[in-house]
Amino acid sequence: MKYNFQKSILVIILLMTGIVFLQSCKPKGASTAAGGDASKAYVAPGKYDEFYNFVSGGFSGQMSVYGLPSGRLFRVIPVFSVDPEKGWGYSEETKPMLNTSHGFVPWDDLHHIALSVTGSEHDGRWAFGNANNTPRIARIDLKTFRTAEIIEIPNSAGNHSSPFITENSEYVVAGTRFSIPIGDKLDVPIDSYKENFKGTVSLISVDKTTGNMNIAFQILTPGINFDLARAGKGKSAGWFFFSCYNSEKANTLLEVNASQKDKDFIMCVNWKKAEEYAKAGKGVKKAVKYVHNKYDDKTHSATSTMMNEVLVLDPKDCPDMIYFMPCPKSPHGCDTDPTGEYIVGSGKLAAVIPVFSFAKIEAAIAAKNYDGEYDGIPVLKYDAVLHGEVKKPGLGPLHTEFDDKGNAYTSFFVSSEIVKWNVKTLEVIDRVPTYYSIGHLCVPGGPTKKPWGKYVIAYNKITKDRYLPTGPELTQSAQIYDISGEKMKLILDYPTIGEPHYAEAIPASLIMKNSQKIFKLEENKHAYAALGDNNAKVERKGNEIHVYMTSIRSHFTPDNIEGVKLGETVYFHVTNLEQDWDVPHGFAVKGANNAELLIMPGETQTLKWTPEKAGVYPMYCTDFCSALHQEMQGYIRVSPAGANVPLTFSTGKTAPAVTSTKEPVKTK
Amino acid sequence: MKKIISLPIILLSLFVASCNSDKKTAAETTPTDATVTGGQEAVKDDESQKDVVKVAVGSKDHTTLVAALKQAELVTALSNAGPFTVFAPTNAAFDKLPAGTVDGLMKSDKKADLQNILQYHVMTSALKAEFFTDGMTLGMVNGDNITFSVKDGKVMINGTATIVASIPASNGMIHVIDGVLLPPAKK
Repeated sequence: MKYNFQKSILVIILLMTGIVFLQSCKPKGASTAAGGDASKAYVAPGKYDEFYNFVSGGFSGQMSVYGLPSGRLFRVIPVFSVDPEKGWGYSEETKPMLNTSHGFVPWDDLHHIALSVTGSEHDGRWAFGNANNTPRIARIDLKTFRTAEIIEIPNSAGNHSSPFITENSEYVVAGTRFSIPIGDKLDVPIDSYKENFKGTVSLISVDKTTGNMNIAFQILTPGINFDLARAGKGKSAGWFFFSCYNSEKANTLLEVNASQKDKDFIMCVNWKKAEEYAKAGKGVKKAVKYVHNKYDDKTHSATSTMMNEVLVLDPKDCPDMIYFMPCPKSPHGCDTDPTGEYIVGSGKLAAVIPVFSFAKIEAAIAAKNYDGEYDGIPVLKYDAVLHGEVKKPGLGPLHTEFDDKGNAYTSFFVSSEIVKWNVKTLEVIDRVPTYYSIGHLCVPGGPTKKPWGKYVIAYNKITKDRYLPTGPELTQSAQIYDISGEKMKLILDYPTIGEPHYAEAIPASLIMKNSQKIFKLEENKHAYAALGDNNAKVERKGNEIHVYMTSIRSHFTPDNIEGVKLGETVYFHVTNLEQDWDVPHGFAVKGANNAELLIMPGETQTLKWTPEKAGVYPMYCTDFCSALHQEMQGYIRVSPAGANVPLTFSTGKTAPAVTSTKEPVKTK
Repeated sequence: MKKIISLPIILLSLFVASCNSDKKTAAETTPTDATVTGGQEAVKDDESQKDVVKVAVGSKDHTTLVAALKQAELVTALSNAGPFTVFAPTNAAFDKLPAGTVDGLMKSDKKADLQNILQYHVMTSALKAEFFTDGMTLGMVNGDNITFSVKDGKVMINGTATIVASIPASNGMIHVIDGVLLPPAKK
């Protein structure tokens, strides 16, 4: 008993000592995450992060922006999905951005990010994102962090192999995931797949100055599925590499039927040669329908233009343009290393990671070292183009990123880990678990010629037991690892927006200096802008009421409107007169069945409102703009259709004296 | 007993050791970019319209006012979103005060008095000169009221200071006045 008593005192002392010292060990202001060295991710209040991290939102359709290494979320950029918070897809100005050849599409699935590059290095100008479901590519302007342009991709279905970028941002690509019937005969039996279904990859040119996109040409391919892609770099810069699956051409139960063959392909495209063929008139113009949507920061409005044809190159007419390279078992990731010499294929079902050599590819093409043809396209001999294989790397390899020291980092979905290996020697150096089922991963500058290294971020699909449970659906997560040493070390684990797929990280210094603060009022060319309180007015045009409204701390002009009749539609065109950074005004009116407006300084945005009952409706500013934000409000009166209430508007107009009392109404 | 004492010491040294390694890693990863600790007024911004403080700082006729705002620690508050109406006495207006008044107010033990006077020149609402009408009374930030008189288009406050110019700023309006407004004596 005595012994036990002493033992329990000992335990208490030990525990107390532990608690005291654990507390004193906390880095100032940061708590230590279990299993991680959170102090390395700690960015003190008032300090900036080192990197911006642009992260795809997956099924949210948006792109989110985080700081690294802190994992702090700065912004969610609406891209392919409506965002009532920002009025994206609800304001009259932004609705055309989500127009497609199928009409207005309010949602999509954004999987991959490509940051613009010059000389295969990040230049901080634009971010591109793909819409997976209704094939489109978006360009985000990194001055405003807003979607500037969306182009639809015809002859495509499931724009997964997109939007990867060439060394000087000459082109972004869009490879179709689904092969589909193309041409005049679209209504065909599904089981006529082998006969009628084709694939395409599109090269979308990017204007050097404006960033404006244009579908330069498409390449018609055999009816296989395209998964991911990467452009070459340096000596391989004139090439593009696309991973392909379903070389079996199955149209049902692909999980079995597309996994029959020992090897599928990586498709090597000599895009410089394709460009020459396109210029030389080797392509055929095909009638198609797709839209091209652009947002103008001067008119503060988007336009959607229907396009009617696309140039298609058929490999039959364009020799030496594309080659197939055998790659084990349904390759997913297809990543080129910083030198451009090595192409890493990651077969989802493969037990090895094959690494191909660009020098060997060139030699094999020169020597016509083929292993037959696939649908008339030469297949290079596997052994002739292989640099080597990473043996037994893990289970379910998906994607590979690179650091600045010649190492590769491959994600493994099935074995939930990141494996670090040397690109030249193919030796595995280190492996760390992720929690759990990692998909993509990101090293700052990882897809460029100049990786910044320092961190690798894992984007995980499953987070059981990592966070407090939230019912049947749990958050996806990001995990950041320090890779400055030989061993990878987990430093932080944080939830994400939507389901992240690919992400890129770029030094803050390349972006922050260009970040725009306001839109200049004198450059506002919106047709309904009121550039000053004195220009505010209300006009009737047929059965439309147009309110040219201004907002400035802390009132709307006008803030009292009468004379609207039932059956009329009201357009509130609100111009934010502020010329001060970080002072948006919001606008909302009761019963509006769309959303709010969030109007940036110097901008004009329009909310359409069709009242359905007579009465007086409140409207107010939704963004806490100032000390008198709560006072920023007004009324609009709606009368029955036959009423004789004249159309009037005012702000600050003194109410007439009420005749029944002798006290004059005091001026405020 | 010996054993019991020595174990916590071993543990203690273990935790001290782990503390050291924590400190080291924190220092190694200090982000490279600049710290932002100067308050809103220190934000570098060449694009936005100037706020009321920046307008005052840019005026050679308001050096006394700017010095007083700094002494009263009102610069950060006036760089805020506002909205403000600031009645900004010129240097000449301050010079009209009895000799030694300004110097006295600038002493650290008079900070509360200085704040009271300066806050009597600020209103939370951005109002143009046309808004003020003869006999109108408005409340100021310090809690006291001012009264306007309007004659021949000239707006006078408390019968002592006239608005000689009005300058819009990003977060409010500045009305330049030719006299210093003195809050009513406390009862």
